[in-house]
Amino acid sequence: MTGTQCFVIQANTPLARDVYDLTLAGDTAPLTAPGQFVNVALPGFYLRRPLSVCDWAPGVLRLIYKVVGRGTAALADLRPGQELDLLLPLGNGFSVPEGIKAPLLIGGGVGTPPLYGLARVLAEWGLAPTVVLGFQTGEDVFLEEDFAALGCAAFVATQDGGRGTQGLVTDLPALKSGAHDYYFTCGPQGMLRAVHGALDIPGQLSFEERMACGFGACMGCSCKTLYGSKRICKDGPVLQSGEVLWEEGAQ
Amino acid sequence: MKDLTVTLSGLVLDNPVIAASGTFGYGQEFRDLYDINILGSFSFKGTTLEPRFGNPTPRVAECTAGMLNAVGLQNPGIDAVVARELPALGEFFHKPVVANVSGFSVEEYAACCRRLDACPQVGIIEVNISCPNVHGGGMTFGTQPELAAEVTRAAKAATTKPVYIKLSPNITDIVPIARACQEAGADGLSLINTLLGMRIDPRTRRPVLANGMGGFSGPAIFPVALRMVYQAAQAVQIPIMGLGGVATAWDVVEMMMAGATAVQVGSENLRNPTACKDIIEDLPRVMEELGIDRLADIIGAAL
Repeated sequence: MTGTQCFVIQANTPLARDVYDLTLAGDTAPLTAPGQFVNVALPGFYLRRPLSVCDWAPGVLRLIYKVVGRGTAALADLRPGQELDLLLPLGNGFSVPEGIKAPLLIGGGVGTPPLYGLARVLAEWGLAPTVVLGFQTGEDVFLEEDFAALGCAAFVATQDGGRGTQGLVTDLPALKSGAHDYYFTCGPQGMLRAVHGALDIPGQLSFEERMACGFGACMGCSCKTLYGSKRICKDGPVLQSGEVLWEEGAQ
Repeated sequence: MKDLTVTLSGLVLDNPVIAASGTFGYGQEFRDLYDINILGSFSFKGTTLEPRFGNPTPRVAECTAGMLNAVGLQNPGIDAVVARELPALGEFFHKPVVANVSGFSVEEYAACCRRLDACPQVGIIEVNISCPNVHGGGMTFGTQPELAAEVTRAAKAATTKPVYIKLSPNITDIVPIARACQEAGADGLSLINTLLGMRIDPRTRRPVLANGMGGFSGPAIFPVALRMVYQAAQAVQIPIMGLGGVATAWDVVEMMMAGATAVQVGSENLRNPTACKDIIEDLPRVMEELGIDRLADIIGAAL
């Protein structure tokens, strides 16, 4: 059941440049799949801020967010013990198809966090994925060791070469090794499109869009797909590779 | 026991709170959040004759005490609403609904009204002549009294259901247009729709909304909405649904004192999904504090 709940901040610490690691205590039972998101009410701001769920356990929620404006800057100022009003669970999240054997996860920048919860679930099922991550600079890299700790083979590309391979995720040999049969990706739209074009295996892509409500009511985040218009917040944020349209007006 | 009932054109509502069009879809999204039968009613998403995808994204932007939207009347079209959405709604909402229709010509408005005339679930048709986010229709009809009257006459001729005209605040004077609608046979009025506004992203030096401009809503516009309801209520005798920035039970009371018979809640639903339920549950407490036993008694109290 979707609804608002009070969570208490346990930790809210810098993780990389402008990126924060937020641990909250509260009821996570409503979450049903990795890749879902929560909509966070911030005191003094009219609209909630949609943040992807990085990972969760009973009673504990981990969100990783980037400071991109005044709202997220205000969030970064909040301290342990303070309460947050969250609307959850939102979005469809990733679904792992039966029979996949060698999943590949591709994350770009602050699109990386929801892939961590997915990797944890896959690892628990004995399907520890290959993970390729792209960031702008070495200072922006996060979660690389966390993925490795799950038993994933993790590879990083940075545009300035500050860490890992210099270039984009599509430049990483692991991406095109041909060793994978399914992919999951989340990141900026340009990266999603490049990944979609570079891989000839099926997959799921998680999109980002400005939204107001987060639960399908306002139609603020609509996109066109092969099967008609969808709301990123309610029918997404995860779309199947076979339904994505990149033409004008699409995401 | 407090009496919250109000009557709109013969339709008795359990309370005056109606979720506003464009913030409540066709009801489905709120089904998971609470039992929406607590509502007075809700006004469904602005529906046109043909399906519309709407404007490119970004379609929403945040403001101080409010937001902008430029959705552009995305909807599945009147046939899909009648064939699919209304039957689906009937499974969990058992009250008459307000049917919000929009159009790009007088004929289109009339065709939508005609299509809804046979739908037993529709209690009131709300004719939106005030959408600021589409070109060549919508708000054009709501800024000129003669055109507003023409749409009103066409809608009235197309249906036996009560017709409420939803008015735009993006005008100099609400009175002539309110009067024109009344004279053309409108059963009531809804006001206000959103105020035309915009935001610019200082980093990109471009408007935040892909459409450039959009409709401003939220608590920031409440005083403007209240003033226009007050002015319209002084000028016409037909009932008014007041809306614009309503966020609390106190706002509902103010709106009714300004002359509204029913009060719509819009954007607040998007930031607090249980806003309407919260307001309805808070109304008896506010009435008690104000010494009000029968909510209908305060309609127009400030006029």
